[in-house]
Amino acid sequence: MKRFSQLIQELELSNKTNDKIAALVSYFTEADDRDKPYVIAMFTGKRPKRPITTALIKQWAIELSGIPEWLFGESYSSVGDLSETIALVLPPAENAIEKPLHQWIAELAQLQGKTDEQKKSYILEAWNSLNTQERFIFNKLISGNFRIGVSNKMLVNAIAKHSEEDSSKIMHSIMGKWQPNEITYQELIAGAHVNTDNSWPYPFCLAYALDTAPENLGETTAWQAEWKWDGIRGQIVKRNGELFIWSRGEELVTDQFPELHFLKDELPDGTVLDGEILSVKDGKVQSFSTLQQRLNRKTINKSQLSDAPIGFYTYDILEYDGKDIRQEPLSARRKILVDIIGNLTTKDIALLSPVIEFDSWEKLAELRATSRELNSEGLMLKKLDSVFHTGRKRGDWWKWKINPYTVDTVMIYAQKGSGRRANFYTDYTFAVRDGEKLITIAKAYSGLTDKEIKEVNSFVNKNAIEKFGPVRTVKPELVFEIAFEGIAESKRHKAGLALRFPRIARWRKDKKADEINTLDDLRQLLNSTI
Amino acid sequence: MGLIEFTNRGIYCKQGNFYIDPWHPVDYAVTTHGHADHVKWGNKNYLCHDLTKPILKQRYGLEDNVQTLPYNKEIDINGVKLSLFPAGHVIGSSQIRLEYKGEICVVSGDYKVEYDGISTEFEPVKCHTFVSESTFGLPIYTWQPQELIFEQIINWVTDNNTKGKTSILVAYSLGKAQRLIKNLAGAFPIYVHNSIANLNEAFVEAGVDLPETIRITPEIKKDELQKGIVIIPPVLADGRWVKNLQQPAIGVCSGWMAVRAGRRWRSADAGFALSDHADWRGLLLAIKATQAEKVFVTHGSTAVFSKYLNEIGISSAEVTTKYGAEDDEVIGEENKEEIK
Repeated sequence: MKRFSQLIQELELSNKTNDKIAALVSYFTEADDRDKPYVIAMFTGKRPKRPITTALIKQWAIELSGIPEWLFGESYSSVGDLSETIALVLPPAENAIEKPLHQWIAELAQLQGKTDEQKKSYILEAWNSLNTQERFIFNKLISGNFRIGVSNKMLVNAIAKHSEEDSSKIMHSIMGKWQPNEITYQELIAGAHVNTDNSWPYPFCLAYALDTAPENLGETTAWQAEWKWDGIRGQIVKRNGELFIWSRGEELVTDQFPELHFLKDELPDGTVLDGEILSVKDGKVQSFSTLQQRLNRKTINKSQLSDAPIGFYTYDILEYDGKDIRQEPLSARRKILVDIIGNLTTKDIALLSPVIEFDSWEKLAELRATSRELNSEGLMLKKLDSVFHTGRKRGDWWKWKINPYTVDTVMIYAQKGSGRRANFYTDYTFAVRDGEKLITIAKAYSGLTDKEIKEVNSFVNKNAIEKFGPVRTVKPELVFEIAFEGIAESKRHKAGLALRFPRIARWRKDKKADEINTLDDLRQLLNSTI
Repeated sequence: MGLIEFTNRGIYCKQGNFYIDPWHPVDYAVTTHGHADHVKWGNKNYLCHDLTKPILKQRYGLEDNVQTLPYNKEIDINGVKLSLFPAGHVIGSSQIRLEYKGEICVVSGDYKVEYDGISTEFEPVKCHTFVSESTFGLPIYTWQPQELIFEQIINWVTDNNTKGKTSILVAYSLGKAQRLIKNLAGAFPIYVHNSIANLNEAFVEAGVDLPETIRITPEIKKDELQKGIVIIPPVLADGRWVKNLQQPAIGVCSGWMAVRAGRRWRSADAGFALSDHADWRGLLLAIKATQAEKVFVTHGSTAVFSKYLNEIGISSAEVTTKYGAEDDEVIGEENKEEIK
């Protein structure tokens, strides 16, 4: 595990992509081949089933360290990471063991089905044999959740560099279905599992935000315009009689959307569709907040099925008749897509995402302004001769979103961040005015520069009124403009409504707290979007 | 309240009519140690340890109105018996022991319990009332023995050396820098920034046994620096001078480096959790050794630490002070400019 521990340290100490890739390449050059599939699985979020619940792990750590639970909680809020908190509060190890990474992982997997007592004795012995950094990694192995700032793309680039293989092939291979205990690193690089696997999706083609006037894109006739839908980007794969639905996050979400299962019978084998999973009711796309109510649930009940029925708006076809057609121009792929959708017997669930007719950029801009009426986020512009790229590439596809909503708010609470910002107040709660009172409307973390964070931090230190654990109530003085993508009714929030994807647009140093928006302003906005 | 009270000027002893580490000018200030958050310019009189005097002179130009004491020698101030005991934090750092009509109070300033090889070792003092810091008052902070950390630093420097990188250690000019010099001397030549060199000279003049170091001047070539260890204060770590060195590798020496988030916040290449403050266990050990009936917790994790002390049966309260801002370290205006 030493070599892996070193890799983690190297990855953590640099913010530069090149340094991280260099650290990964040297890891793949030096590490035990048997460890590598596990590392790739971890970094791409392929989690093994948790052998032990978080609650138990936490309980044992508290017991062993002899501190009260509230103090563990305070420690956690200071550190910002549970695995690390546990690694730090445990008493120093009395022994030292070195086992290769794959062995640790295999041993943890074998704990499945054991009694809690057996699990506990294994974990305690491990903790007592590892130093702080190794313990931290061991705890991460238990949770299987290793977010370390390595994107799939970065990992793939590193493996490609190390193995001198084509990166898109490696992307295919690691995105497919495989188990680290059933595949060797060499097989993984070679993509040995991919051909026999029915489920593998293609990497999504992503668009950059349009950063120029559309006129600069040239002739309108070279472009296809579509609505940019606000749902879950998805890929539907039908091969050898099996149906798979992948989300953009490379998760298999087939079971979450039973409405789409008819495609298993109706799509021809060897078909892969790209599109947006949306909630569509009576022919109208509903807001993302409606769709959200039924996402990531283990079971979906009847009222969810009737309140938020699913539709799939198809954008593109990537595989047809078992052949990868991503290199065909968009115009040709669209023709095939029209046929495929037209041939479905079940109508009105899997639909073509409409192509917008337009003959001038001015006309298109006018149409774009109506996006919100359709619950769309704006437009997508795709070059008619474009291939379906792997990942994000400039030039062929652009998203031309409508501007977000904004609201002026005042900061009322601050909390220290986690990760690299654990020592600074970076998590803020914002309020709008409701008569004489201030009412919480959003929490936001991002959007400030490090310099601004330091400034806010010193404001919080000087103006904290009350403490609630890690939270500080501060004088309502600092005004921030919050941008958000949507607004929905919410019983859980005191304000009776919730903002979607709120983030700090800018710090309005020019405004005073009595100039912020009111709750009525937001209610009006809510009523206008329903 | 007995011997001390907490006023908006600082910790005040009414019976003796003096302040300890006041943050606004007063007539009579007793100084625990030379860090900027404990020394304010403008008091009429200062009392400190013999080895804090050269610091006050070098950093703040204070000399004529500074009275000194060795450790463990009692003097009388308006009927209050006052003596200094080593706090182990930096050279000259002292706990202030006050005794009046059998009532004993100890104000510890900043302290650590591990002997660092250069500051006189911390000595627990029995008292009724103890004033403690709590900079690292959370159970996540457990320091490794310093020998292990110095071994890691030497390994890091050796590795940098072979890779053509320049090893830059970031450490407070007062305290951490001398601790590094004392413990790393011999392995590599040590180059130090002006603010550190000035203090070192003052210490050597006062009789402190410090290994030899080289003051960084524009004449020193970059490849010489690459082969040694460069020590600079935190304010210069992000500066242009560092960036222009041969493949600079920055190693930050601070207790905050114990946590990953601390290591990531500064653009450090390595973090060494070497602290001049007591860790969680050190704080508890020190406090229990005083057998104090009442513990006031000043700066750091005050709320949490104080709550915990009460839970384990040590009566405690948190106090708001202006200590604990060592980041704003004063290194002298002339030294803030980068080395040309």
